Amino acid sequence: MTFRAILTLAAAAMLSACGLNSVPTAEENAKAKWGEVQNQYQRRSDLIPNLVATVKAAGAQEKAILVEVTQARAAANTVKVSGDDLKDPAKVQQFAQVQGALGLSLQRLQEAYPELKSQGNYATLMDQLEGTENRITNARRDYNTAVQSYNVTIRTFPDAIGAKIFYGAKPMVPFQATTPGAETAPKVDFGS
Amino acid sequence: MPLLRFLLLLLAGLLIGTPAGAQTYPKFTGLVVDAANVLPAATRADLEAKLEALQKDTHRQLVVATIPDLQGYSLEDYGIGLLRTWGPGLKDVNNGAILFIAPNEPAGHRGPRIEVGYGLEPILTDAFSGVTIREQMMPKLRAGDVPGAMEAGTDALIAQLRASPDEAKAQTDAAIKDFDKTHQRQGSGSGGGIPFGLIFWGFIILFVALSWFRRASGNRYVGQSGGSSWPVILWGIGSEIGRGSSGGSWSSGDSGSSGGSSGGWGDGGFSGGGGGSGGGGGASGDW
Repeated sequence: MTFRAILTLAAAAMLSACGLNSVPTAEENAKAKWGEVQNQYQRRSDLIPNLVATVKAAGAQEKAILVEVTQARAAANTVKVSGDDLKDPAKVQQFAQVQGALGLSLQRLQEAYPELKSQGNYATLMDQLEGTENRITNARRDYNTAVQSYNVTIRTFPDAIGAKIFYGAKPMVPFQATTPGAETAPKVDFGS
Repeated sequence: MPLLRFLLLLLAGLLIGTPAGAQTYPKFTGLVVDAANVLPAATRADLEAKLEALQKDTHRQLVVATIPDLQGYSLEDYGIGLLRTWGPGLKDVNNGAILFIAPNEPAGHRGPRIEVGYGLEPILTDAFSGVTIREQMMPKLRAGDVPGAMEAGTDALIAQLRASPDEAKAQTDAAIKDFDKTHQRQGSGSGGGIPFGLIFWGFIILFVALSWFRRASGNRYVGQSGGSSWPVILWGIGSEIGRGSSGGSWSSGDSGSSGGSSGGWGDGGFSGGGGGSGGGGGASGDW
């Protein structure tokens, strides 16, 4: 009977309306955005040895802060969060924590040597650091938007059906800065 | 028929429910957008000619803007929003950049800022942008010469953009072809896609309705079949329309910038934005 054929057709169409495609699409999007977040943190990490060397070359008196930055960088580099770990709040939080700590120590480093500001080499390094912090902010925002859209997709009707039945999808964890003040980019303006 | 009215209400609700953007930006009317009205006409014309020549020769798009009000956002946050809204540079190649200044903000927060698209980040590096701002622009700005500072900054950026060759030329050419194809036809090629999903669901509705009426006239299982299949179809339509409308707002975000001009990318006139994007590269000054 034709009616049955139509029902089959409708059922097939329903599958596409209940998240068979939209769930993985949203998930992959969020993972790609996460890749960019990590990318930018890596970029910041790569800048630090240069920064430390420049500050040392300028005859830094206060060595303790340089050691602190170097250690914070090493600690931050040990924590990696892959795309599959994004549903584990503990891992994402740990990542946020070590990166936040590194951000804070960088901020302290810059505040400790206001006199370096006028040095050409240091100034361009600061440009790069500032640009990277800005990119991190944007990458994080993009990631959070993607996560939100994924989480909404898997928890709202009708995509929730497909998310539950086919994928057993779990919500992803948005990136929140955990250390107080970690959200604010290190100041490059020394408040002259 | 109450069912039909319900369906119409549902459609209306879905169409209205698109959120409005929080920030508003000046219209992208040319390669120089003097929204704060601080550039004399001669400077504007001069900059425009230089920028159009740059786009014609290198296919890279640099925009100079003056912003009357940052609406409480930082230079960086405003800049990324502006870049993503205007979309200078070609789609996927992202070879656009914006140099802007906000002369009405409090001192120290007036910029200038150079906001660089993804594709130009290796050329207009953060360090280069910072040096340009500090050495070419800030001395003039401190002396109160805004037009001179914008000229000097633009010249430095243009020189840098002209000096470095395009390393992904094939990709750029393909993107230009794409751009010209979609923009020469109507000035804006977006938003006209056929909603296949909707047509599909239209057919389903039609068939179900037909069989429903046929059954109704024969008085067999009226309530059962009609009642059970209607909600399913309503969800389907709802999700299709939701998808269609969000698609529409995306593409209008991309080319809402394109201002209705009909020029090709390399023709030398103002072509509008090509849908380029960026992630916050560049540098800011503290005038």
